[in-house]
Amino acid sequence: MENKIKIEVPVMADVFANGRTPEWLFWVGSAGAFDDRYKKVTRAFVKILTYLKLDYAVLGVEESDSGDVARRAGNEMLFQMQAMTNCEIMNAYGVKKIVTCCPHDFNTLKNEYPDFGGHYEVWHHSQFLDKMIDEGKLNHVTGMFEKNTIVFHDPCYLGRANKEYDAPRSVLDHIPSVNVEMPRNRSFGLCCGAGGGQMFKEAEKGNKEVFIERTEEALATGADIIATACPFCMVMMTDGLKYKNREEDVKNYDIAELLCMGLGL
Amino acid sequence: MAKQLIFISALLITLAIFAYTMRKYFLYFRFTKSLKLDRFSERVYETFNVAIAQTKIFRQPVMGLLHALVFWGFVVILIGSIEMVIDGIFRTERVFGIAGIVYDVVIATGDVFALIIAISILVFLFRRLFMHVKRFYGTEMKPVSKADANMALSFILLLMITLLGMNTFYFLDMHKAGHELVGIYPVSKFLAGFFDQLSQYQVHIFHEINWWGHILLIFAFANVLPYSKHFHVFMSVPNVFVSRIDPLGKIETMESIKKEVTLMLNPSASVSSDNQDEIPKFGVSDANDVSWVNYMNALSCTECGRCTAVCPANITGKLLSPRKIMMDVRARMKEKGPGMIKEGIGFSDEKSLLGNYISEEELWACTMCNACAQECPVNINQPAIILDMRRYLVLEKSSAPAGLNTVFTNIENNGAPWQFSPQDRLNWAEELYVNG
Repeated sequence: MENKIKIEVPVMADVFANGRTPEWLFWVGSAGAFDDRYKKVTRAFVKILTYLKLDYAVLGVEESDSGDVARRAGNEMLFQMQAMTNCEIMNAYGVKKIVTCCPHDFNTLKNEYPDFGGHYEVWHHSQFLDKMIDEGKLNHVTGMFEKNTIVFHDPCYLGRANKEYDAPRSVLDHIPSVNVEMPRNRSFGLCCGAGGGQMFKEAEKGNKEVFIERTEEALATGADIIATACPFCMVMMTDGLKYKNREEDVKNYDIAELLCMGLGL
Repeated sequence: MAKQLIFISALLITLAIFAYTMRKYFLYFRFTKSLKLDRFSERVYETFNVAIAQTKIFRQPVMGLLHALVFWGFVVILIGSIEMVIDGIFRTERVFGIAGIVYDVVIATGDVFALIIAISILVFLFRRLFMHVKRFYGTEMKPVSKADANMALSFILLLMITLLGMNTFYFLDMHKAGHELVGIYPVSKFLAGFFDQLSQYQVHIFHEINWWGHILLIFAFANVLPYSKHFHVFMSVPNVFVSRIDPLGKIETMESIKKEVTLMLNPSASVSSDNQDEIPKFGVSDANDVSWVNYMNALSCTECGRCTAVCPANITGKLLSPRKIMMDVRARMKEKGPGMIKEGIGFSDEKSLLGNYISEEELWACTMCNACAQECPVNINQPAIILDMRRYLVLEKSSAPAGLNTVFTNIENNGAPWQFSPQDRLNWAEELYVNG
């Protein structure tokens, strides 16, 4: 019934070689490019970008880690080298508007790169999708999630760090479904436990892992979909569901994936 | 005349002790790192919003309201305290009475607030003494911390009792002597009903006792505060003014590193090299490595524990407690400060903040989620100090957990935290289709 169209993801160097500067840079981020689970989110988001016929490009092999983890783990030297290198490349391409699926990179590019000569208008994908919905460009979401109960977990670097609590929720509101909240939500949201480099090291001694505490809180709402908007949160919540043996009946999706599925892309 | 002399002597002693204490703090501040303040209009707004309007404390609505009432009450009552000092020096009585209706409003408000504050303090004391409120406990909450809290609350309770006593017996004194009453006293007028049978002489004496009791308690309180966690009373409003106004997610750039990295990436770059042979120390390992704003943060902390109560690491049983970090900075400066005053900033007592007070295990448990900073009613930035100590460990000691060292190596070599080739960065885009 539908015809599948192959997507050729536009790469900045090629677009630039043809004498054009795309309106948007889609910053994929290290997790979006390499983490097997989050690559699916990247692909879902690109499907939406294609559906929108957005004038965008990715940096591809020229993109390098934003340095968020390095900085928060104390390696300021490494962070600054990453920041300066990335800014130099983006400035060379005349990048003005950036959209990214990663709240950590969103925060770093938006708030921290200006110190290194990188001044961009940076959007998190939740804000971008919210805007496209507002403009009526993403109508016709099917009722495939009508019977699902969705709980949203706030990423610290979108929420507390940048006070964006509404955009991901209004994206979810656009998808016919039952939406519930955890007791600790918005600015009171509990971290998934991955930030500040935690995802890459053994946890310190305690009586529980943070991701289990948060997963239990999400499960207690009775939701059958945990919606996230951050690659680190996704790893943590997915691990939590495995730990609680609930991966069969409860799923973890990024808001972009839910929207992409809802749009039938 | 004798009373006037006693009052002026008490005031001078109070001011002398206060000046001595403040000088010590001033010198401690001089050992900390400098930091430039800008964006003053935003800071004024932040001070009104967070300090004066008490917006962040309302994140816990019930206790928040009681605290806000105590704060606003203090501000109003302060006007009366200033009047008392003038009255004491010049032998006047209720000298601000010349303000007429304005005075009536201020005094009536203060009279009502005195009762509200007294009741709030009783609630606070009850919570501390008889209810097990989790955030009042923790490894850093030693018996001395609890005693400190109860002492400060008792002080305030006594201040309010003497204030109401003073107003009550002033009301009766004027009433019985047939003098005209200056000010309006809604609460004290009611309380006066219980003491109506006392003689004119008795009410006069009781007024004197409460007047002196109140002002001497204020003098004592002012000099106890700087040695208590309740220094908060003086420090928190200015602390909000100097606090971080950037988004919580933004981390302060290390300018010393920026110079090095700029030269490394672009050797021909002209970086102002003011002092080549002085190698700066990266990060924080002792109290005098923190910035003056960090230290101000520490002095403003009243150990309420709202930060620790929301810390994901602490909730799940790890050692880290953001409140402890702030208390440690304060305690370490108190320990090392006198030595530095005597022998200069090079003074060493073979101890340090990192190691003797704060362990690496605490530092590495932080997720940088900023829940503590979000919660702090006076805008303390706990993650900044945690990060600066991580910076010391990584940049000076090359001592990070193994997993993070691997991340550093991978980012350096592959531009990603994992060991993937940068050439594979676009592999996710292969075989991608959309339904048309």
